[in-house]
Amino acid sequence: MSAAVEEGDRLAAAATTRRRRQSGALTHAILLLGVLAVVFPIWIAVVGSTHDASTIGRGDVPLLPGAEAVENYATALTGGAGRFSSSPATLMLWNSAAMALLIACGKIAISLLSAYAVAFFSFPGRMVAFWTIFITLMLPVEVRIIPTYQVIVDLDLFDSMAGLTVPLMASATATLLFRQFFLTVPDEVVEAAKIDGAGPLRFFRDILLPLSVTNIAALFVILFIYGWNQYLWPLLVVNDRSLETVVVGLTRMIGTGDAQNEWNVIMATAVLALLPPVAVVVAMQRWFVRGLTETEK
Amino acid sequence: MRRRVIFRGTALPLLLLAPQLAVTAVFFLWPAGVAVWQSVLQQDAWGLRTEFVGLRNFAEVLADPDWRAAAWNTAVFSAAVAGLAMGAALVLAAQADKSIRGARAYRTLLIWPYAVAPAVAAVLWLFLFHPSIGLIGRALNANGIPWDTRLNGGQAMALVVLAAAWKQVSYNFIFFLAGLQAIPKSVLEAASIDGARPVRRFWTIVFPLLSPTTFFLLVVNLVYAFFDTFGTIHALTGGGPGKATETLIYKAYVEGVQNTNLGSAAAQSVILMVLVIALTMVQFRFVERRVHY
Repeated sequence: MSAAVEEGDRLAAAATTRRRRQSGALTHAILLLGVLAVVFPIWIAVVGSTHDASTIGRGDVPLLPGAEAVENYATALTGGAGRFSSSPATLMLWNSAAMALLIACGKIAISLLSAYAVAFFSFPGRMVAFWTIFITLMLPVEVRIIPTYQVIVDLDLFDSMAGLTVPLMASATATLLFRQFFLTVPDEVVEAAKIDGAGPLRFFRDILLPLSVTNIAALFVILFIYGWNQYLWPLLVVNDRSLETVVVGLTRMIGTGDAQNEWNVIMATAVLALLPPVAVVVAMQRWFVRGLTETEK
Repeated sequence: MRRRVIFRGTALPLLLLAPQLAVTAVFFLWPAGVAVWQSVLQQDAWGLRTEFVGLRNFAEVLADPDWRAAAWNTAVFSAAVAGLAMGAALVLAAQADKSIRGARAYRTLLIWPYAVAPAVAAVLWLFLFHPSIGLIGRALNANGIPWDTRLNGGQAMALVVLAAAWKQVSYNFIFFLAGLQAIPKSVLEAASIDGARPVRRFWTIVFPLLSPTTFFLLVVNLVYAFFDTFGTIHALTGGGPGKATETLIYKAYVEGVQNTNLGSAAAQSVILMVLVIALTMVQFRFVERRVHY
């Protein structure tokens, strides 16, 4: 009798394991499919960047890399080949890196300062300042392109790195995030610093900044990507090709999308354009996920 | 929320705020004001005379069949991008939340397309779906499905939707996964003991508990589809063929930059501002709820 019950239990357990294993296989299948869909366009771009132009022009893009990688990337980096002579990618990558770093650092710096002022001081106009900053959150560049562009022209910032970066530096999200974090710093810490004779600037530099390092790192990842991926703004504000960023330069290489384009060089440039921000995300994944979920709160 | 212990002084905090306020005033408030001002003015054909026309620009924009077509395109495009990107992300997040081997590796592989610029994503998808050189585009043509995004508006729309949604899946995935991980396992175990099967558990427990995340993501995805996909459309189709993929933001750009029709462009910008402010308000009202749910 009890042996039969045990036998039944054993069978039931085996069935559960089997079901679990099946659902495990399904889970893996779905995830693999997702990864495949995510990776495939990039893989084909990488493959495309390692063949010669005529193979691609004939429409015979293979599924495996070819032997022309070095040549294609060299052409892309030095630029100037083909019918649509483009700026060298070295220059465009440099411009993108400068733009992304300036925007990220600038945003972090001015947000830290203004969040500090709003969180640690009591002064007339504090709430007005806070709301003024808050409003910027609601007006993305895209909806005020034309008038902002006119301001740039009036200030003689057209075709300059300053025109490219400064207008994108005001950031409500970063300010709100830092303010939120500053409000969690216990009053005792501030009191102790005051008793020890630290002034506001000393307190900011020696106590608050070291405490904010993780937040700064998290924000940096998000803002670097934000800066690197800018499109409409550089398209409008920069005409001088020596200031061209890689994302804009890449789309200019396509022209009207002819089959006769040097697609191998274009794809090499595309890979170069997506590599730096992807590298930042993969290298700083922990901070990235944190930064993303925190800034959106 | 205010702190008890604060520093005294007025000059220093104002000095600290100065850079942020200066940038905000010069590049945000002033241009936004100018846009509102220009939206009630109209220039004559030679740009010599400007007159006050009240709300005529708005009336003209709203009555313009091209603008209405762009509004419809935007609605279709945004709904498709949000639906596709969120649906795919939810399915993937629900799988990645299970305790399986290699979960971390899957997560890493699904997260990084976030970093790819919309315009670069457009180039990648163009290369795949190009009618004569693209791997998939050619395969479609070879198998009797005439595929050419430069001729067929519906296909062009499908391609920009794919390219825009592809990039957004990773963002949604991160948030759905965080949302799923925040659901107490005890609740699911209790349901499981009561005999609820996984599918039933998902729809009766997980999905309702996830609704704040879903709603938040819906707003974010709509904002993304409205504004951030300018690069995708500009690089992939240029709004064409015809005006089949021209969205509102793209139209405002064409009107202001290419046709230099300032009054109309400004009116369109103001309409977009109202739209984005409304969306942001919805998001913030809801964030309050999200924290306490």
